[in-house]
Amino acid sequence: MAARQVTRLLTTLVLTALLTLGVAVAALAEGEGFAGTLMAGEDPIPGAEVVVRDADGNEVGRATSAEDGSWAVITDSTGQYQVELLTDTLPDGVELTDASPIRDVRLTIGGLQLQIRYDFDEAVVGASTGDKLVQNLFSGLKTGLIIAIAAVGLSLIFGTTGLINFAHGELVTFGAVTAWFLNTAGLELPIVLAVLGAVIIGGAFGGLQEWGMFARLRKRRVSGFQFLTVTIGLSLLYQSTLRLWFGNSFEDYVIEQRPPLEIGPILTPPKDVVVMVLALLVLLGVAAMLQLTRMGKAMRAVADNRDLAEASGIDVSRVILMVWVLGGSLATVGGVFQGITGNVHYLNGFKLLLLMFAAIILGGLGSAYGAIVGGIAVGITSEVSVVWVSSELKEVWALLILIGVLLVRPQGILGRAERLG
Amino acid sequence: MDFSLIFTSALREAFGTQAAYYALLVIGLNVHYGYTGLLNFGQAGFAMVGAYGVGIMVTWAGWSLWAALPMGLVGGLLFALLLGLPTLRLRGDYFAITTIAASEILRRVIRSSWASDVTGGTSGLGDVAPEFTRLNPFDGRVKLVGQWSYFGSDVWSGLWTWAVVLLVTLLVWLLMRSPWGRVLRAIREDEDAARSLGKNVVSFKLQSLVLGGMIGSLGGIMLTLQRSSVIDQVFEPRTTFFAYAALILGGAATTFGPIIGSMLFWFLFTASTQFLREMARQGWMPGFLESSDSTGTLVLAMVGLLIVLLTVFRPQGVFGDRQELLLDG
Repeated sequence: MAARQVTRLLTTLVLTALLTLGVAVAALAEGEGFAGTLMAGEDPIPGAEVVVRDADGNEVGRATSAEDGSWAVITDSTGQYQVELLTDTLPDGVELTDASPIRDVRLTIGGLQLQIRYDFDEAVVGASTGDKLVQNLFSGLKTGLIIAIAAVGLSLIFGTTGLINFAHGELVTFGAVTAWFLNTAGLELPIVLAVLGAVIIGGAFGGLQEWGMFARLRKRRVSGFQFLTVTIGLSLLYQSTLRLWFGNSFEDYVIEQRPPLEIGPILTPPKDVVVMVLALLVLLGVAAMLQLTRMGKAMRAVADNRDLAEASGIDVSRVILMVWVLGGSLATVGGVFQGITGNVHYLNGFKLLLLMFAAIILGGLGSAYGAIVGGIAVGITSEVSVVWVSSELKEVWALLILIGVLLVRPQGILGRAERLG
Repeated sequence: MDFSLIFTSALREAFGTQAAYYALLVIGLNVHYGYTGLLNFGQAGFAMVGAYGVGIMVTWAGWSLWAALPMGLVGGLLFALLLGLPTLRLRGDYFAITTIAASEILRRVIRSSWASDVTGGTSGLGDVAPEFTRLNPFDGRVKLVGQWSYFGSDVWSGLWTWAVVLLVTLLVWLLMRSPWGRVLRAIREDEDAARSLGKNVVSFKLQSLVLGGMIGSLGGIMLTLQRSSVIDQVFEPRTTFFAYAALILGGAATTFGPIIGSMLFWFLFTASTQFLREMARQGWMPGFLESSDSTGTLVLAMVGLLIVLLTVFRPQGVFGDRQELLLDG
């Protein structure tokens, strides 16, 4: 049983690595609005501008960060707001780590100043190009490992069933959001248990999609095009349901904040290192499972040649079901890691989807190892590009890779060439 | 509950400029998906290059609106070539992935501060089409029946956009009954058979991509004339998904399916949004569904479900012919 092995592996790893908890605190002050402190590592960022707009896009207020990096905008009423950090006003060499300087947030409690957190590529401030390169290689590896974990399922599902699942990003978000609810609302489970619970639920959700829907659609002989349109519809359905459930805010897991680690030119929160080690172990676990267990071998066989696998006595529908369970669990792990190193939002998975597509095409559609190699390559490329080009454009490079690969080697790095028409 | 109000606002949307704009996107998609069997998930990107092509030429290059309008179409042509050349030789899945990725990434480039000198970044471009607005002969509100009325400016843009929709429908109808159109259908039915008869399949697919994409760009141009501004958020992937919902609803590979689908889609979309809001106002909704934001999200979820159910149970849509659409990717 593939999923169970992965889950067991994950249990031991997570338990040994993460043990402590902390509580996130929101600052109470007079008048509701937004506040924050802009810090690049230990250094405050003065003179950066933050603009707050209401739901109709009208400016409600703007603030310039003080010498100590702090800023506050009072809105005088609750509701839906958009907070934007004007990246043009940041000092040279300071780059936002988050994909977007814009936050859509809902103010629900009067009298509360909601803390808006922006993360910056800390070591980048005033660093030499060489140091920047090392730092960005490091964060690229982190992003790449997360993409790789989430993309393995996407690639294996394609390999075994020929389905490109446009709703795979929502599996990622579903896992991250489930873990968040187990971690905070109501249950308040420690992060380790919350993640384990989410991995099981995420795997079950993946399996349920195959058992309840896709297996039945294949029996109805629904065409390949219809499958793609169905997953597009599902993506919209899940995304909206997740938004109704989770809201349109950026949330954090309850994890103790520790002072950043300094390893040579690399400055990083310790939790990111933990995530990277775990991610590496999960990927090794997946590789061991695919290589050594009966089910893993069966998965590779079905992905390689479905008819041949069926003829040699493999129960193909059971293998496909297990691929979905594995895909759902791994998507959850990816989503949680994405949430731990950044924050949790209902569009996280959809944003990751484009990078996952680039990863699996680069690595070779249908191959699990291809997804891993491709994911890491895409992650590193996009982060390292930030050394020279604006961080807003970092995902563009992933697309350029995608188009370049299609032109030169459409079967990808690890894929096998076949006649495509 | 005021049903007549819900009904008239739904009617207003079904015949409004927005539905006409979507009809253009859907006609383009119909050329791709319905007639050629190309799965383009980036139609919003084609509308976007149309809109920005006009907007950038007017505000950045300082051209007159009339000179800038064709540049929107040139944008669509270039985008189609960029997408089609690397992907059309490959299997349909590669094409589908590349279209959605390319249009979304292009949108992020457009809204980045790096490009904001030209594109206006997140605030977009304003005051693009004053020449068009100045020619508007309708002022005040134009009343049709009962509460069904439009602003004069919307009548002006709406009439033009619907006129373009009808012209393009005629063009596509003529093209699809020509020998050229029959080749497209042959490719949709059996690519290998078309190839074995000596047809250059890749070239025909590229022509179809260019035609449908430029019709999408025309939609973006008409939207720019109506709004006189361009902003990237209008062209999120959601726009493409809505267009697919409308296409499947109206019936792919039919002449009037895209028009009927768009009108029906916006009628249903507005009616359910208004209905749910009214329910919330009466206090009949559970707490988490009370805000207008969450009723809007609920409608989006319903659109997703509609796409799934229609695709599985009635892929030919309301009026389509099932035999036409037993496609395979």
